[in-house]
Amino acid sequence: MQGKVPGPVLLEVRGVSLSFGGVHALRSVDFHVHEGEVCAIIGPNGAGKSSLLNVINGVYAPNAGSITYAGETRRAMRPHRAAEQGIARTFQNIALFKGMSVLDNVMTGRALKMRRNVLWQALYWGPAEREELEHRARVEKIIDFLQIEHVRKTPVGRLPYGLQKRVELARALAAEPRLLLLDEPMAGMNIEEKQDMCRFILDANDELGVTVVLIEHDMAVVMDIADRVVVLDYGRKIADGSPAEVRANPEVIAAYLGVPTAADERALKEAS
Amino acid sequence: MAFFIEVLVGGLLAGVMYSLVALGFVLIFKASGVFNFAQGAMVLTAATTYAGLIDMGWSGWAAFLAALAVMIGFALLTERLVLRPLVNQPQISLFMATIGLTFVLEGASQAVWGSVVRGLDLGIPDTPLEVKGVLISKFDLVASGTAGALVILLASFFQWTRTGRALRAVADDHQAALSVGIPLERIWALVWAAAGAVALVTGLLWGSRLGVQFALTQIALKALPVLILGGFTSIAGAIVGGLMVGASEKVAEVYLGPIIGGGIENWFPYALALLFLLVRPDGLFGEKRIERV
Amino acid sequence: MIYREAGQFRTTYAADQRIFPILQDRVGMVLLLAVAFVVVPTFASDYALTALLVPMLVLALAALGLNILTGYAGQFSLGTAAFMSVGAFAAYNLQLRLPWIPLLVTFVLAGLIAAGVGMVFGLPSLRIKGFYLAVATLAAQFFVDWLFTKVGWFSNYSSSGAITAQPMVIAGISMETPVRRYLLVLSIVSLLALVVKNLSRTRSGRSWMAVRDMDVAAEVIGIPILRTKLLAFGLSSFYCGVAGALWAFAYLGTVEPQAFDLQRSFQILFMVIIGGLGTVMGAFLGAAFITLFPLFLNWLFHAVVRGGEVRAGLLSQLELVCFGALIIVFLIVEPHGFARLWQITKEKLRLWPFPH
Repeated sequence: MQGKVPGPVLLEVRGVSLSFGGVHALRSVDFHVHEGEVCAIIGPNGAGKSSLLNVINGVYAPNAGSITYAGETRRAMRPHRAAEQGIARTFQNIALFKGMSVLDNVMTGRALKMRRNVLWQALYWGPAEREELEHRARVEKIIDFLQIEHVRKTPVGRLPYGLQKRVELARALAAEPRLLLLDEPMAGMNIEEKQDMCRFILDANDELGVTVVLIEHDMAVVMDIADRVVVLDYGRKIADGSPAEVRANPEVIAAYLGVPTAADERALKEAS
Repeated sequence: MAFFIEVLVGGLLAGVMYSLVALGFVLIFKASGVFNFAQGAMVLTAATTYAGLIDMGWSGWAAFLAALAVMIGFALLTERLVLRPLVNQPQISLFMATIGLTFVLEGASQAVWGSVVRGLDLGIPDTPLEVKGVLISKFDLVASGTAGALVILLASFFQWTRTGRALRAVADDHQAALSVGIPLERIWALVWAAAGAVALVTGLLWGSRLGVQFALTQIALKALPVLILGGFTSIAGAIVGGLMVGASEKVAEVYLGPIIGGGIENWFPYALALLFLLVRPDGLFGEKRIERV
Repeated sequence: MIYREAGQFRTTYAADQRIFPILQDRVGMVLLLAVAFVVVPTFASDYALTALLVPMLVLALAALGLNILTGYAGQFSLGTAAFMSVGAFAAYNLQLRLPWIPLLVTFVLAGLIAAGVGMVFGLPSLRIKGFYLAVATLAAQFFVDWLFTKVGWFSNYSSSGAITAQPMVIAGISMETPVRRYLLVLSIVSLLALVVKNLSRTRSGRSWMAVRDMDVAAEVIGIPILRTKLLAFGLSSFYCGVAGALWAFAYLGTVEPQAFDLQRSFQILFMVIIGGLGTVMGAFLGAAFITLFPLFLNWLFHAVVRGGEVRAGLLSQLELVCFGALIIVFLIVEPHGFARLWQITKEKLRLWPFPH
């Protein structure tokens, strides 16, 4: 939000290109995110936004370019490693574990933090039980935070879409991440649900100090919660700045609305 | 050297027989996305019915038609009682249902006809033919010829006819197919009946080679490595896979067998398939599966 | 009425995480254990103990093993019997060549050997999924079958291929009487069932289920896929190995590859499906069903077809048909098996005598 002092650069994406066969998903994209910021990535469908998140998170390896995160520069990284380094994310098509309850799903977010080995777990006594309860307490705080206590024992597959998205966010937050990547966290929600989600994201950013990069289509949401906005079109970055700057950018407007070429202008003139 | 060629050719021809079984799998998988574990049991049932009727004095053609009718009846029942209620369930459920079908067929065919081993005489002479110093079994040749003809028939059906193309579409997405108005039930009944017919031919050929007995279902399991090598949706792949399995199995048995101990052919094709899977998890000819997150 | 939870508030997480959070369930479990450990051995006939209960418990153990692999971790396996076989032969050879090792330790070692073999055959699961994995496990099944039949060392070069299992002795006391056999098997199986239950509610269980439900997402949140899958294979094979050893030592009395053939693998898969994938109770319910159903069928058959001559084997063939039909019926009506039916019954009980 305006007036926030940006922290040091946490994530820097330099010259990243990604293509699948003949399809260029990303073309030499550069941008950076400061610690504590909320950065929104917007752009028309197919612009490469999800692919960008996948690259940051290690699911895809870019063909060119590098990612610098928390001081470490690398081109590709295994998703497991990204998780270890404090990057958590949600997905466009909800990637929850449908066979488990809400509580268990969120608990899986703590997987990296649980240390006790199998033998202790088998006994479920002493150290294993203590660790289990400790993590349960933390997870319950997040469940409280996102107001999903009433469904904590329900199998996730039975929940409505909006609640599932919240559970996914809870699972991501359970990992106590430094960087949170959200892929269309508000898709398919009504106004009330969106307001709730906005509040949760802002609270996470404020209280938990999590840096947020989110992909979003709803302009009102973006204008409201983003500190900075990056605009992608056909895999290229075409704008980067504060929400107000980006909104006024003619290239951005053109990308969304389409702009007539010289030939079109001539045809228009001849017709009138 | 001549001996090696003999072994190789023998293996190749045996492989064609494996392809026949795999063909039934591919038919069903291509058109309904169901991995039909019961194909082997279908082979057994078809062969047992035929042999049983012959034993009771029926003529060859009558028995053949009757067995065919049984297989078609089975296809219709399966479609109505198993496939329709399970439409849109995950693939693994359908797979397990076909395991259930396997039990039903194995139990039923043995309950009705008994588990006695029957010989099957199709009137094909098994005298060896000599070609350039290599002995080839006439029976194997006839079998391969039949298999080849079947394959060409089925491949053309899928490739050139409208129904065939519709079948390929159906396999991908049941719900989409239903919502477009494709009569899934009829298509499935048709395909399973066709697979049943293929099973009958297979059963006759295998039965006259080995005798009609319960062990036929084990042979049918060998079709699984064939499918892995050849892919689950490719008819050409079923042939190539079958040839590879047949040839490698025979060669391994003859040359490796004496060293490690006989009977390798029981597991060698599986080991081979396993190795292939490690390199190409979707089979040689199979379509690459892409998982989206 | 009896099953009401009114007044039972769980005030700590510890209370909530218990295996049986509801008081009535706890009481029920204690009663069940009391019956199983005390009442049954006192009153049951030798026949019931050795021909029904012991095989049922051992098969339940194997089903627990398969459940870990297929129910929790979602890795389809058709090679269960192969790992049982490894366990049986390992136990036999250990007792034969190192007779000074105590019996229970032998069983554990046999299980560990089976676990090792299981992990080796589980390595492909990192690349291969679904049906392909099922076929790969068939490779294990046939290979192990062949190995133990062909390589004489395993069966101590016995000419017939079938070898007698050594009599079981613990701390000098013979375990061969029906009651002792039953109690030994019951203790081992109960303990291992508890272990599985514990694992299912901790990190391991969740990791397995995550891999089962969506392994790509599991990897992204940091669950180590390799380790998780291998642990599932290893632990599952351990259970199957111990079950195989018990099958040979406590039930059959012989160690032979035919007892662990493909049919056995299917039988255990059947138990897990009908009982309920992914539940501990399901393994027991499935095993009970498999053991008792043939008896029921036998009785029914003779009640219907009085006095007639029955062809040998007809009954087992009809059994096959029934099992197959049951699998299909369950898949259509209740894919989560008996365990789910039991759960639904309990939920109805909570409301009883009110309808809703």
